[in-house]
Amino acid sequence: MSAARTAKRSRPVLDTERRRRTVVTPEGIALGFTVASRASRAGALLIDLGIIGLAMLLTTLLLIFVLFGTLQVGDGAFEQKDAAGRVLQGFAALWIVAMFLFRNAYFLFFELRPRGATPGKRMAGIRIAARDGAQLTAEAVIARNLLRDIELFLPVAFFAQASQGGGDTDLASLATLGWLLVFLAIPLVNRDRLRAGDIIAGSWVVEAPRATLAKLLATGAAARDGTSDVTGARFRFAEAELAIYGEYELQTLERVLRDGREENLVAVAAAICRKIGWEPGRSDERAFLEAYYAQLRARLEKGMRFGKRKADKHAGDS
Amino acid sequence: MNPLSRLFAKTPEPVLAVEQAALRSDRFRLEREGDWKRLEAIVVRMEKGRLSRLSDEDILALPVLYRTVASSLAIARETSLDAGTLAYLESLTQRAWFLVYGPRVGLWGWLRRFLGGDWGRAVRGIAPDIAIALAVMIAGAVVGWLLVAHDPEWYGALIPEGLADARRPGADAATLRATLYGDDGQTGLAVFAAALFSNNAQVSILAFALGFAFALPSLLLLVHNMAGLGAMLWLFNRAGLLPDLVAWLMVHGTTELFAILLAGAAGIHVGRALAFPGEAAVLDAAAVAGRRAAQVMTGVVLMLIVAAVLEGFFRQLVQDPLGRFAIGGFMLVFWIGYLFAWRRGSAGEAA
Repeated sequence: MSAARTAKRSRPVLDTERRRRTVVTPEGIALGFTVASRASRAGALLIDLGIIGLAMLLTTLLLIFVLFGTLQVGDGAFEQKDAAGRVLQGFAALWIVAMFLFRNAYFLFFELRPRGATPGKRMAGIRIAARDGAQLTAEAVIARNLLRDIELFLPVAFFAQASQGGGDTDLASLATLGWLLVFLAIPLVNRDRLRAGDIIAGSWVVEAPRATLAKLLATGAAARDGTSDVTGARFRFAEAELAIYGEYELQTLERVLRDGREENLVAVAAAICRKIGWEPGRSDERAFLEAYYAQLRARLEKGMRFGKRKADKHAGDS
Repeated sequence: MNPLSRLFAKTPEPVLAVEQAALRSDRFRLEREGDWKRLEAIVVRMEKGRLSRLSDEDILALPVLYRTVASSLAIARETSLDAGTLAYLESLTQRAWFLVYGPRVGLWGWLRRFLGGDWGRAVRGIAPDIAIALAVMIAGAVVGWLLVAHDPEWYGALIPEGLADARRPGADAATLRATLYGDDGQTGLAVFAAALFSNNAQVSILAFALGFAFALPSLLLLVHNMAGLGAMLWLFNRAGLLPDLVAWLMVHGTTELFAILLAGAAGIHVGRALAFPGEAAVLDAAAVAGRRAAQVMTGVVLMLIVAAVLEGFFRQLVQDPLGRFAIGGFMLVFWIGYLFAWRRGSAGEAA
C-alpha cells in the first residue's frame, strides 16, 4: 500500500491542477474554475495598455491633423479670442476628456459586456467573474477598475511629475518603485491571485472556458462487439484483463485514441498487451485499442453506478 | 407545399442513432446532445453581443437550458468516464453561467438605473462615513486657519507655490481682490474646465482608492486639502474679503467639495470594512463595501464634471458676488435634495 502511495505522489501536480477552484452556484451546482495564471494576466494587461496607448496616440495625431492640416490654424491661435481660437480650445478640451475616458472607461466598457473581458484578456483566454458564484454586478466591475488607478497609473504619473519638475528624481523613482512593488506583490502572495481591485470588488480573473463537443469514441464495430473492420478478429477481454487499469489510464487511452497518432497507438497497444499477457498483433492496433477502451470504460462505469471507483492502476478495487 | 419545391437548408450533421452506442453513458449523451448544442448556439451568439439576433424563445430558453445542462453535468460526473464529454459540459455550463449571472445591463443601462435612484441609495448607505469625512474636513479647515493665524510661515507649506500665485501673505487687498474678479488671465475657459475636471477626478479617485490602506491616507488627504482652504480663508479674512472669497469658492465649491467629501467617505467606508469587518470574512466585507463605494465614486466623477463646468465657465461669466452665492447655494440644495431627499422605489432599501 505504501508503495502505491509513493508512486501516486511521483505523478507531477500540474500548475493548472493547483489553480483549480470549485464554486457552488446558487442552484447548488459545483462549477470548476481555473484561476488565471499571473503570466496570462500580465500579458493581457500589456496588450490592453498597448491598445490604450495606440488609441491615445492616434486620437492625438488625428486632432493635430484636423486642426493644423485641414483647418490651417496658425500658431498663435490658442491665445486669440476669435473663432479659430474657440475651435482650438474646444479641441483641446475634447482631447483632455478623451484621454481621461481612454484611461478609465476602456476597461469598464469591455468588462461590462457579456464576455467580461477586455481585448487583451480575450486574447489571453481569461475573463473576470464574481468570486462567490453570484451575480457579477456593474458596481464590482467599476470598483475593480477604479483601484487600477492607484495600482498602476498613479505611481507612473507621480514619477512623470517629479522628473518634469526637476525635483528629487531619485527619491521619486524609489518611491514609485516601492509603490508598484507593494501592489504587484498583492497578487503574488494570495492563493487566488487577487489584486487590490479584485479584493475590493469581490471579483477574480479565471480562464475562459472553451471546449467543443468531441466525437464519440465508442461507436464503431470494434467498440460495440469487439470486431475489427480490418481483420475481422474479435477482441474479448476477460474480467481480470480489464481489472488492472483505472480511470487515469482510461483517460490517457482516450487522449491517445482522439489524437490518432500511429506511433502512439502502436506503443500503447504493445504496452497493454505486455501488461495483460497478450501477443501484440500488427496493423490492427486501432481496433484493438477501441475494443479495450470500450470494455474498460463499460467495466469502470458499471463500478461507478455501484459506488465503486478506481482512480488509477495503483488503486485497489474499493 | 408543392412537393417539388424544397427550402434550401444546411445539410444536417449525421446524427448517431441512440441504439448505435455501446455504452450506457454514451446513450445518455446522445439523448441530450440536442439541448446542449442549442444552448451552445445561444451562448455563442450572446457572447458576440448579438442580442438582437436572438429570438424571444431563445432568451426565455436560456435559463431553462442552463439548468438542463447543469444537471446533465452533475449526472455525467457520476456516471460517465468520457473525459471529452465532461470537459465540454463543464465548459458549456460555465459559459452559460457567466451569461445567466453576468452583468445584466451594459454601461448605458446601468447609468440610467444609477441616475434613477441607485446613486442616492448608495450615498445614504455610507451616511456614517460621510459624517466622519465631514468632521475631518471641517477640522482640517479649522486647523489650517489656526496654523496660519499663529504663524504665517505655514501658508507656504499648506498652499503649493503654483496655486498661491498672487495670493500670499503680505499681498494688499487690491491684489487679492483682483484674483477673485476679472478674467483671471484665462484665455481658454473650455480647456481650463476640462483640465480641472481631469485633475480633480484623479484626486478624488485617489481619496477613494487610498481607503484600501485602512482609510488613514484618505483622512490625511482630506485634512491636507482642507487645511489649504482654511489658510486661504484666513488670508482673505485679514484683507476683509471673506464674503467675496466664499462667493468665489461657492460657485463650484459646493459641488466640488461635496464630491471630495463623498470620495473621502467612500474611501473611509472601504477602509472601515477592511479594518473592522465585523462578523463577515474580511474579503467578503471588503467586497460589499467596495461595490457600494464604487457607485458613490461614479457619482463623484459626474459631480466633478459639473464642478469643472461651473468653475471654468460660470465663475468667469458671473462677476457679481450675489450671483455667485445664488449659483453655489442652488447647487448645494440641488445635490442634497437629489441624493438624500429624493427616493424612488425605496421598498428594497435597507435601513
